[in-house]
Amino acid sequence: MKPKPDEHSDRELRVKRITNGTVIDHITAGQALNVLRILGITDRPEDVVSVVMNVSDRKKDIVKIEGRELKPEEVDKIALISPDATINIIRDYEVVEKHRVILPSRIEGVVRCINQNCITNTDEPVKPRFVIRRGERVELHCVYCGRVIADRIADFLI
Amino acid sequence: MQHVITIQDFSRDEIDCILNRAAELEPVAHTGSSDALSGRILATLFYEPSTRTRLSFDVAMKRLGGDVIDLGAVETSSAVKGENLADTISVISGYADAIVLRHPKEGAARMASEFSSVPVINAGDGAGQHPTQTLLDLYTIRKEGKLNKAKIAFVGDLKYGRTVHSLAHALSLYDAEIYLVSPDQLKMSDLMKDALIESGTEIVETAELDDVIDVVDVLYMTRIQKERFPDPNEYQAVVGSYKITKETLKDVKDNLIIMHPLPRVNEIDPEVDASRHAMYFRQSFYGVPVRMAILSMVMG
Repeated sequence: MKPKPDEHSDRELRVKRITNGTVIDHITAGQALNVLRILGITDRPEDVVSVVMNVSDRKKDIVKIEGRELKPEEVDKIALISPDATINIIRDYEVVEKHRVILPSRIEGVVRCINQNCITNTDEPVKPRFVIRRGERVELHCVYCGRVIADRIADFLI
Repeated sequence: MQHVITIQDFSRDEIDCILNRAAELEPVAHTGSSDALSGRILATLFYEPSTRTRLSFDVAMKRLGGDVIDLGAVETSSAVKGENLADTISVISGYADAIVLRHPKEGAARMASEFSSVPVINAGDGAGQHPTQTLLDLYTIRKEGKLNKAKIAFVGDLKYGRTVHSLAHALSLYDAEIYLVSPDQLKMSDLMKDALIESGTEIVETAELDDVIDVVDVLYMTRIQKERFPDPNEYQAVVGSYKITKETLKDVKDNLIIMHPLPRVNEIDPEVDASRHAMYFRQSFYGVPVRMAILSMVMG
């Protein structure tokens, strides 16, 4: 018998468990789509991706990518905008690996420089590159012009 | 291969080594000639106007027995056909043993160094870095005053002036006491000040030149640009309050030196030029031995 619309529980309406792939959990609420941008997943039509935003009283987002195990070096750069995210590798419904993202020491081609007069914001064949320093806050130092991005990093995603 | 891109790439020992070499070469810079770089070719690429920097690199190379090729006016170069800097650098690095580059975009020299098969020397990239200016400033302070634990006042535009940022960083390696004298609109950024404080440098900030002029060993003047002020009257008031005249200098230390990266507009009254404190023209000359030292280092 078909369930009545009001019989759909939250659980049924939300995304089901995946068989194999990667679950990125504890993403800072509201940042799931930026996570997909950073990972370049929006450019890959073959990936089946589920996004859940503002779950657990709007405290976090979750992204599930089916059939693809992301390597730490692919995923760690999301620490820029979501430092508490965790990566779960799923095989046959089981979590076989779990780790927190680690902020890389350098990134390339992910964020554009805040300085409009930086050589990386021109038509030159050069990708923006930053050294990342973490003190009280995360700072991105442009390798080319030296300018620092410390706030609203998500605004500068390429 | 050694590029010269920012002063931050150099340790105090490396800076000392360049300054020592410049001191050895100074007699040659005055009148002599040497064959140290005979048969070598320097390419100078200036995408922005320059007088002192371009000519002093030219002279430095020629005093060392080398040749110079020049991009010429940008309007007559391939840049007008739309060639990017990366391609220009790839081509020119096949013609020359080193490249001197001035470019309006910050980070241009760093990028050029990635495409060049010969050393790149940054001769100013936008509002960014101008390391050879910093080295000649350090040379002037060491030669005409004292470099270690110097008390230096930077006066004028401390927000946009690239010479101030680089020199302040370099002086932090020599335990300087730094006085920042500027109007509110042109104060040094907090980021820059924090970096200096973190490096252990003592900083005193004031808007009044009178507060510090009698206690410092070095007065480093900068040009205040009219376009930084929306109100022309405000500009006139600020410029007037930072002008150095004979009268301003009446109670200064005997050994005070006055420096300026030039060109000056009206920050220093011409009547000061004859004073024993005026060091800006000599400072400009010291660009030659310092650039000779740099050229011999990267091509030697």
